[in-house]
Amino acid sequence: MCLAIPGQITELFADPHDAERNSLAMVDILGVRRKVSIDLLQDDPPGPGDWVLIHVGFAMSKISSERAAEQLEMLAMLGEASTARDELFDGMTNIE
Amino acid sequence: MEFYDKRIAMAHGAGGEATRRLVEGLFQPAFSNPQLDSLSDAAIIEPPAGRLAMTSDSFVVQPIRFPGGSIGELAVNGTVNDLAVSGARPLAMTATFVLEAGLSAEALRWEVEAMAKAARQAGVPIVGGDTKVVEHGKADGMYICTTGLGLVHRNADLGPKRVEPGDRVLLSGPIGNHGMAIMLARAELDIEADIQSDTRPLLELAGRLFDALGPSVHWMRDATRGGVATVLNELARDTELRITIAEEAVPIDDCVRGACELLGLDPLHVANEGQFIAIVAAEQAEAALDVLRRTAGGERACLLGEIDRATISRVIARSSFGGTRVVDMLIGDPLPRIC
Amino acid sequence: MLFVDEFRNPELIQRAVDEIHALADPKREYRVMEVCGGHTHAIFRFGLKGLLPPNVELIHGPGCPVCVLPMGRIDDGLELAGDPNVIFTAFGDMMRVPGSKGSPLESKARGADVRIVYSPLDALKIAQQNPDRQVVFFAIGFETTAPSTALTLLRARGLSVKNFAVFSNHVTIIPAIRAILESPDMRLDAFIGPGHVSTVIGCRPYEFIVRNYRCPIAVSGFEPLDILQSLVMVLRQLRDGVAKVENQYNRVVPWEGNLAALRAMAEVFEVRPYFEWRGLGFITQSALRIREAFAPWDAEQTMSVPGICVTDPKAAQCGEVLKGVLKPHECKLFGKECTPEHPIGALMVSSEGACAAHFKYAVT
Repeated sequence: MCLAIPGQITELFADPHDAERNSLAMVDILGVRRKVSIDLLQDDPPGPGDWVLIHVGFAMSKISSERAAEQLEMLAMLGEASTARDELFDGMTNIE
Repeated sequence: MEFYDKRIAMAHGAGGEATRRLVEGLFQPAFSNPQLDSLSDAAIIEPPAGRLAMTSDSFVVQPIRFPGGSIGELAVNGTVNDLAVSGARPLAMTATFVLEAGLSAEALRWEVEAMAKAARQAGVPIVGGDTKVVEHGKADGMYICTTGLGLVHRNADLGPKRVEPGDRVLLSGPIGNHGMAIMLARAELDIEADIQSDTRPLLELAGRLFDALGPSVHWMRDATRGGVATVLNELARDTELRITIAEEAVPIDDCVRGACELLGLDPLHVANEGQFIAIVAAEQAEAALDVLRRTAGGERACLLGEIDRATISRVIARSSFGGTRVVDMLIGDPLPRIC
Repeated sequence: MLFVDEFRNPELIQRAVDEIHALADPKREYRVMEVCGGHTHAIFRFGLKGLLPPNVELIHGPGCPVCVLPMGRIDDGLELAGDPNVIFTAFGDMMRVPGSKGSPLESKARGADVRIVYSPLDALKIAQQNPDRQVVFFAIGFETTAPSTALTLLRARGLSVKNFAVFSNHVTIIPAIRAILESPDMRLDAFIGPGHVSTVIGCRPYEFIVRNYRCPIAVSGFEPLDILQSLVMVLRQLRDGVAKVENQYNRVVPWEGNLAALRAMAEVFEVRPYFEWRGLGFITQSALRIREAFAPWDAEQTMSVPGICVTDPKAAQCGEVLKGVLKPHECKLFGKECTPEHPIGALMVSSEGACAAHFKYAVT
């Protein structure tokens, strides 16, 4: 229901009305650049180099490359010997 | 005669002294050729032996200058390309201007020079035209209409009836650059990217193909508004055949892809001004690709897919992992979406 | 493209598809609803349906904010747009959606100042650049989009921008899922959960689905591998006879959601007692309106919004399609009176709408 895509932060900018605080970031999507608000990430502010998910001009969340690698690893295990795979699968599904 | 006015006024379209200054001071020196220089009511052209092709197009673009080109250059190349993909080389062209009162003369001069340059490059004389001026606020600076007359290549034999099951679909190069350049140049989206329009003449690329392959080229069209998807859908409709393309084969520059992802657009729907689709006989596909790739500007030409007979004629895209989808025709303008 | 292309890897996709085939018991049927329109779009866009066993059926859910918006709300918005002093702004998605008297694009053609924005912040910027005009932002979206509207309103208040107002049509996903689960003609085996909404609300709100309805759910990303992996997850749960909330999309979705976003939403919005969903009818506590503290920026509190009610065209069966009771092509109007070029229902307009996706992309 919501188009959101990954972009990498290249630069942070101070809030135009509050120089104390960075509220904007330039993100790069395959060489396409747009300034987005990072106010929704104020609890855990991102920095240059971080990947974020962008929706309607806002960074919605940080993207974890570790989690992404785990997911791909898990997918690569599909079709392998089933018990080892099942354990790995259960360990990674982030169930609380 | 000198065109010294600073701005276009209603008088420039009224047919009097101001019109004469505009025509004889600006258009005629820029486009100068024997037919135009006679300033008669019609250009006289000796018909050469062979078949003639004739086409007409109107150019309405905002902004009128954009990265990689401008309306004037587009107005010449657009018509040149319509002739080129019909297998023709241009013999003559006319140009009609609808100018908005208040337009700076400098902006007009820029476009006239761009047209003159593009016409020289394509080897086509601009032999006549017309100018009208509308009130301020009634046009986006200027509109240009061009009509082109061309001589069809001896070897060219094109048409939907010539397309057969088994034929291959070729694309001349990367797509989406023009439409994206225009969308970003409007600056409403606040997106920056180094995307240039691909506007260019296709005469050389198309001409070489006809020289080398002649009637093995079955159909050709430039993929302008509506993009590659629309052109292929028109072909499927006209031939009642099915077209299957390989999704990953479509050449798309990174920036264009990034902008499309961000705005939720399908690059297959985005306009081009310097790319064509050619349908060639299967056994000549490799040779055709080779010709294109060895011609300047055709380095990234590719084999996009093939044609077969099926119960329903339409365009299908197949991904490398076996997923298939229908490639639809563009409806209206491409609009950025958030969901 | 990082975090995109890896999730389109053909070899891994083949593995996931094989796994789905191995997990799906040929003796039974599986009805899995993808709640989110983004998933519907991706499923068609990547042709995933054709890769699945025939007994695994994907049901397209209500998670397309454009599709569930009743016609009356569009008419209301266009009433506002009709005022010559108003600049009406909306996302590109809304432009072709028909109200009873035409779409925003048609209003624009008749002379209204209708502009497409990419972000609500862009609408606020237009207000700052046009101090003598009233700018209305037609806000749509689920919890993914609502925080951005909330932050824009906080900013408008902070900067005392007086000529900016939001017409809120924000809706919330949980009540819609509940309504579908309570619908008597509905039978679902599992859910593919909305990934981007979950970046905001997290995974806990889905617990009632597993607790009360014993229905597995995997919160999913939008790339082909994400969706296929989520299917593997719910099929495994069904095989094992368990029901859990799983987070396939944990590279992006934190289990607890985004607290800053939830705070902003809570400050600016309150839950409406009820709201009409196109095709689903009135659902209690399913939408967000702007709090009184932000009244000066609320079109519903400061401008005269007529509150138009329009019944859907009788023959259109958008509701049944939206609930997954009918497939798009089973609607009487599908592909005949109702096409993407001349849509009657919103499901035919939005690229996330099941009907448009079916019409445009479905190979069979």
